[in-house]
Amino acid sequence: MNFDYTDEQNAIRDSLSKWAAQQYDFDKRREALKSEDAWKKNWATFAEFGLLAAPLPEEFGGLGGGPIDVSVVAEEFGKALIVEPFVPTVVIGGGALTYAGSAAQKDEHLTAIAGGERVIAFAQAEPKSRWALNDVSTSAKKDGAGYVLNGQKAVVLGGPQADVLLVSARTAGGQRDAKGVSLFLVPKGAKGVSTRDYPTMDGTRASEVYLENVSVGADALLGPADGALPLIERIVDDANAAYNHEAVGCMRMMTDLTREYAKTRKQFGKAIAEFQVLQHRMVDMFMAAEESYSMALRATIKLGENDVERARAVSAAKVSIGKASRFVGQAAVQIHGGMGVTDEMRVGHYFKRTTMLDATFGNVDYHLKRFTALSAKAA
Amino acid sequence: MDLNFSPEEIAFRDEVRAFIEQNYPPHLKGKGLREDLSKEDFLAWHKILGKKGWSAPAWPKEYGGTGWTATQRYIWLEENARGETIPPLPFGVSMVGPVIYTFGTPEQKQRFLPGILSGEVWWAQGYSEPGAGSDLASLKTRAVREGDHYIVNGQKTWTTLGQHADWGFFLVRTDPDAKPQEGISFLLLDMKSPGVTVRPIKLLDGGYEVNDVFLDNVKVPVDQRIYEENKGWTCAKFLLAHERAGIAGVARSKRNVEKLKTIAKAEIGDDGRPLIEDEDFQRKLAELEIDLSALEMTELRTLAREQAGRGPGPESSLLKIKGTEIQQRLTELTLEAVGNYAQPYTRELGEGNEFAVGPDYSRGAAPIYFNWRKASIYGGSNEIQRNIIAKMVLGL
Repeated sequence: MNFDYTDEQNAIRDSLSKWAAQQYDFDKRREALKSEDAWKKNWATFAEFGLLAAPLPEEFGGLGGGPIDVSVVAEEFGKALIVEPFVPTVVIGGGALTYAGSAAQKDEHLTAIAGGERVIAFAQAEPKSRWALNDVSTSAKKDGAGYVLNGQKAVVLGGPQADVLLVSARTAGGQRDAKGVSLFLVPKGAKGVSTRDYPTMDGTRASEVYLENVSVGADALLGPADGALPLIERIVDDANAAYNHEAVGCMRMMTDLTREYAKTRKQFGKAIAEFQVLQHRMVDMFMAAEESYSMALRATIKLGENDVERARAVSAAKVSIGKASRFVGQAAVQIHGGMGVTDEMRVGHYFKRTTMLDATFGNVDYHLKRFTALSAKAA
Repeated sequence: MDLNFSPEEIAFRDEVRAFIEQNYPPHLKGKGLREDLSKEDFLAWHKILGKKGWSAPAWPKEYGGTGWTATQRYIWLEENARGETIPPLPFGVSMVGPVIYTFGTPEQKQRFLPGILSGEVWWAQGYSEPGAGSDLASLKTRAVREGDHYIVNGQKTWTTLGQHADWGFFLVRTDPDAKPQEGISFLLLDMKSPGVTVRPIKLLDGGYEVNDVFLDNVKVPVDQRIYEENKGWTCAKFLLAHERAGIAGVARSKRNVEKLKTIAKAEIGDDGRPLIEDEDFQRKLAELEIDLSALEMTELRTLAREQAGRGPGPESSLLKIKGTEIQQRLTELTLEAVGNYAQPYTRELGEGNEFAVGPDYSRGAAPIYFNWRKASIYGGSNEIQRNIIAKMVLGL
């Protein structure tokens, strides 16, 4: 057994955290959220650091790393509240291409992702699908050698920044059938694609994507026709594993910020940190963050196992972390008192981010059900 | 013991229900995000009720109350929740009004109570300070007597909707040498007085609901002090107990449970069935309803005690804790119910840029969830309320 990070992984963490301290402090982040293009500069920096190449295969410009490298990056993203679309592009887009892309697709996209020249968003959810990955109404009809896509995609994270969309669409079967789902790489600028961008609860942005008679060639198909659901399950598990680490980073920061605030805030002639009821609450926050890290790490390590074991571990972690982050976020705000509900305090923004993450690719109830169903399969 | 309404009470319910249906401005029905409303919107129902004589049902009849029984007042709140009205704001009717009729001089009553009843005067609360939140008695805003005036200097914070206020009630320190609770006075202050600056505070949900209030050499006539000098803490404690009693919000929570059920019927769950048929969701909803019943029955018992002449005591802390916990759980469950469409946050969009994302019912879920974290903090945090019960009820 070995829980140590490699020197390279420690180096990634250090460089990212140093950069964030200098270039991504609270005020600069606020500026970045307001401007349409500030993220591009940050993105170029991430490419320079090798973050965007970290888990990608070496023959396509990657560094040949794996999920642990991703987890290190994600946790630092969480700590610094970095909002650039790392997971949609590198973990989901890069993952799908690595697992199932043709040589030509890998050559075209992976190298560009690693170099910071490609941003991919996952156009998967639909207005009525909630989190069900099999619930796909968007259609892709055979048209000569290619396909024609029609439908609407909902809450596409990273959509405003993306230049390529990874679209799930139905090539066969009924709306909720497991079989008949396929994945397509669609340039956002393709004829018939339109988007409406809007802010999300954590201050980042997302898009509704409308596909109207969008023609793509046969080479847009990524992975097997009609049989992409297992691939979608896998990349979403990868994404959730990364988001779990991001939530851990947020929880650790909330725990630290709350402890520091409680030590300096005085009421009744002493620091509120001296009140036992708050001490115990902060201990519970600390324990929740520690167990969350354990569960996040467990899921990340199990990403390479068979489909059932991988999915069970990710769903288990998503359940633990969803519950823990809600508790930690609410407690952090509560202990900050009135200041906790203001926009000017950092703590509330972590709370909003973890609330956002909980509602991304399935909340606690969703993953509790998934875990239960998978456990029946595993037994 | 009897939980049923009498025929007279049922007739009363029908009367107020009809009155609300016929008189409540339809465009203001069910407005969830309070700070988006204009001053006129906030006051519209209050003014209608003022004309009818129903704006302050809990006041004694001699000061403009309705003379209703506790049961009638309970029915009144239920019917307002049912009609999704914007109730009169608490600052005048529930907070400073009772202080004025209980501790004020006949002249003060005559001067201030009519504007509270009619809704003509908007009141704001000047209690908390940056250094005095839970520990309210440590407040530092200073009032120095000069002839027939006080000169007031200091900063207040968390003044809810103070940006609209005409008048404010402020706790100020008049004797810095006395024990903290013994050197405080209760002043009424015209918010248009020179030296008063109101600065809205941006909150987590993106809205501006509370304010800092800066007082810079503000002149306040001595006849605007309620009760004796340095006895303001008595008024403050009285007011806080009243504030807590109304804070349980049972009728509104019941209404919000019904709204949540409507959402859960419309929302299709991940397995393709309506969310309302999902066993996990059903269990959470049922637990919430059961806890709400416990709170309601406890509140009714408190009301009955009040009716028997025993005013709200430290038990009202129980109502505050349990009431706000249920309100917060409701916002959480609503957030869960709307699924991934909780994520778009269109209230942050600029003017003219707005378009609808997701179903109508999804849009308030996240802002309201974030906004209601305040409930376990304001009016004395829930930790402080537990301290009050420990000390005053359990004698610990």
